[in-house]
Amino acid sequence: MNQPASAYFLEERQDPTETHTLSVLVQNEPGVLARVIGLFSGRGYNIDSLTVSETESQKHLSRITIVTTGTPMVIQQIKNQLDRMIPVYRVVDMTLTGRSIERELAMVKVKGGGDNRVEALRLADAFRARVIDATTESFVFEITGNSAKINQFIDLMRPLGLVEVSRTGVAAIGRGPEGM
Amino acid sequence: MTDKSHDPNQMTGAAMIVRALIDHGVQHIFGYPGGAVLPIYDEIFQQSEVEHILVRHEQGAGHAAEGYARSTGRPGVVLVTSGPGATNMVTPLTDALMDSIPLVCITGQVPTHLIGNDAFQECDTVGITRPSTKHNWLVRNVNDLAKVLHEAFYVATTGRPGPVVVDVPKDVQFATGAYHPPRKSDVHVSYTPRVKGDATLIRKAAAMLASAKRPVIYTGGGVINSGPEASKLLRELVEATGFPITSTLMGLGAYPASGPNWLGMLGMHGTYEANMTMHDCDVMLCVGARFDDRITGRTDAFSPGSKKIHIDIDPSSINKNIRVDVPIIGDAGNVIGDLLQVFKAEAKKPDIRAWWQQIAQWRARNSLAYRKNNDVILPQYAIQRLFELTRGRDTYITTEVGQHQMWAAQFFGFEEPHRWMTSGGLGTMGYGLPAALGVQVAHPDSLVIDIAGDASVQMTIQEMSTAVQFELPIKIFILNNQYMGMVRQWQQLLHGNRLSHSYSEALPDFVKLADAYGCVGLQATKPSDLDGAIREMISVKRPVLFDCRVAALENCFPMIPSGKAHNEMLLPEEATNEATATAFAGGKALV
Ligand SMILES: Cc1ncc(C[n+]2csc(CCOP(=O)(O)OP(=O)(O)O)c2C)c(N)n1
Ligand SMILES: [Mg+2]
Repeated sequence: MNQPASAYFLEERQDPTETHTLSVLVQNEPGVLARVIGLFSGRGYNIDSLTVSETESQKHLSRITIVTTGTPMVIQQIKNQLDRMIPVYRVVDMTLTGRSIERELAMVKVKGGGDNRVEALRLADAFRARVIDATTESFVFEITGNSAKINQFIDLMRPLGLVEVSRTGVAAIGRGPEGM
Repeated sequence: MTDKSHDPNQMTGAAMIVRALIDHGVQHIFGYPGGAVLPIYDEIFQQSEVEHILVRHEQGAGHAAEGYARSTGRPGVVLVTSGPGATNMVTPLTDALMDSIPLVCITGQVPTHLIGNDAFQECDTVGITRPSTKHNWLVRNVNDLAKVLHEAFYVATTGRPGPVVVDVPKDVQFATGAYHPPRKSDVHVSYTPRVKGDATLIRKAAAMLASAKRPVIYTGGGVINSGPEASKLLRELVEATGFPITSTLMGLGAYPASGPNWLGMLGMHGTYEANMTMHDCDVMLCVGARFDDRITGRTDAFSPGSKKIHIDIDPSSINKNIRVDVPIIGDAGNVIGDLLQVFKAEAKKPDIRAWWQQIAQWRARNSLAYRKNNDVILPQYAIQRLFELTRGRDTYITTEVGQHQMWAAQFFGFEEPHRWMTSGGLGTMGYGLPAALGVQVAHPDSLVIDIAGDASVQMTIQEMSTAVQFELPIKIFILNNQYMGMVRQWQQLLHGNRLSHSYSEALPDFVKLADAYGCVGLQATKPSDLDGAIREMISVKRPVLFDCRVAALENCFPMIPSGKAHNEMLLPEEATNEATATAFAGGKALV
């Protein structure tokens, strides 16, 4: 294998990648989100989706849900790197537990009239999307579900006059009585 | 009724800082004043328990604190001002993070109401230093300050040690609040580093060691960081198992260089026997090292036939570069102790005589050999003489970065841990001189030598002034080859010998420079001068700049070219000009 002169070994690795959803319980303090995001950008990890909000205000706990893609070794690294941060309590790989529910909320704006407008409404009904704003020439739909369902809905709206989308990103929680 | 003015725990933020240093047993701090830390300097002026060493550049303070920490096992403490003071600390903080050195750095910040306004000497210190610290804090309320300072010391020194920054706005330094001594509740409950290794895994590891035919122990800086007890236990483990042992650059001294089982350093410029033993082993015990790219060479060809046990305090070091079979998370000393106990109780020394015979053959290649020369001083020879003439003395060695650093690692034998201070992970030129200052502050009566390069030493040479002011008799032993030798070597081997900007043009006269600083200048130009000049350097009780004129074009061997495995090293006797040219031709590159 030819490689340019370098002070580093230039290896190309083509291990298969996987997508995992991680739940990260952190102390809600200034800069904690910057630390987490900085870790991902600094070490070249992917963020497919990230959501964060305080979940237990008396204990100052926030829950961050991150969807990331990488080789199994990199996913393990991400979990270890997150876990060793001082304000991080726990990191749970929701994908590995195999018992998690993932939801996302999207607001989808569609503009148009005539048959397209009727068709959009009909599809929204089939997807259990609600109309949360309407004008004579537009709708805003609110839809909740897993990311695949939302992607599918958006794809269907595209030819019917899709204007814009705002999505929350994925939130995840485990099934059954136990907490993380 | 409480009268706040008589409550001894009510004090200003600035006073709290000095008080916390005292409560954590800090005797020396390294720093540089400025507007945003004047209240703290005022407190320092009015006490005598903590001695402040005034450097000439904040980077010098950082590396001095690193040398201090590395040679004592205690945290190094730095105090710098906001803005440029803080940004000048970024290099030493990153250096300390890479090499797991405990530092507590206190930075001044503009008053809280000005933060975010682009105030004079404002910078986003916590933002800038976030990726170069283990953790950092901005303290906006004086009543949080004591807690944060105590937590800072705890975080810096426990688990995998590292640098921390506490950023204190000037109004918080002036404000009065409640101080409390260190207590457990100061620390985040989410921070729980693991010390003790898993007993089942330790038992499994012991069984693997007992059944090994071609074992090797590979240790790193983690053993040094764990404290002297870890090195003692490591020596007992080597004794009990009879296994060969090698170490990374950072781990030198944990096992004595004169010990019978010592293979020398491994990796890019490691010995042939160390790298071959790593490549061909069947069981590898890695303690407190991290399979860094200078060690492994090509990862898919790294020690292909071995089962690997990895002991590390940081779970993120495990399975990062190399997959291991038995990961044990815990403190190096603690786990080695347990492993030793289990091994002694349940196993006996395996018979590895055949393995040792193989190793003897590799050793016989004499991979560190170099041609003798009576006319010019060869750098390897200079280090060997320095080693011989300081043998038996209470000596500490620091280095800069380059060929001289590798030669120091190859030719200076370390018998004890904490005696060798070098910038391994970051490879920071300019580290060694201030690091030597820090070591000398901690060990005023010891012989402290910075093995330096002519280019590196100029990066922090201003600290000679600090050495003179504080009567720190450090010895700066410059292997002056008039080149950035390591850069020149790569250019020779990889870039058709086009020596682009690697010649040290317009070098200062180091002897006169020493004179200008008020310290002692010495020079050796011939092999016959060398011993006398080194003896003089040792006997002088003042700081010395030693200009050791060495062969300009000497290359550092052996080495592993990149894209190559451990068993494909380039040895010095093979490294004729033509042979090196061929080895690196066809796009094959050096590491
Ligand atoms: C701050 C910094 N800048 C650049 C480098 C890249 N570098 C590595 S070694 C080296 C040359 C060092 O020259 P010298 O100090 O004379 O040592 P020698 O290799 O000649 O022994 C350079 C420029 C570095 N390691 N650190
Ligand atoms: Mg040089």
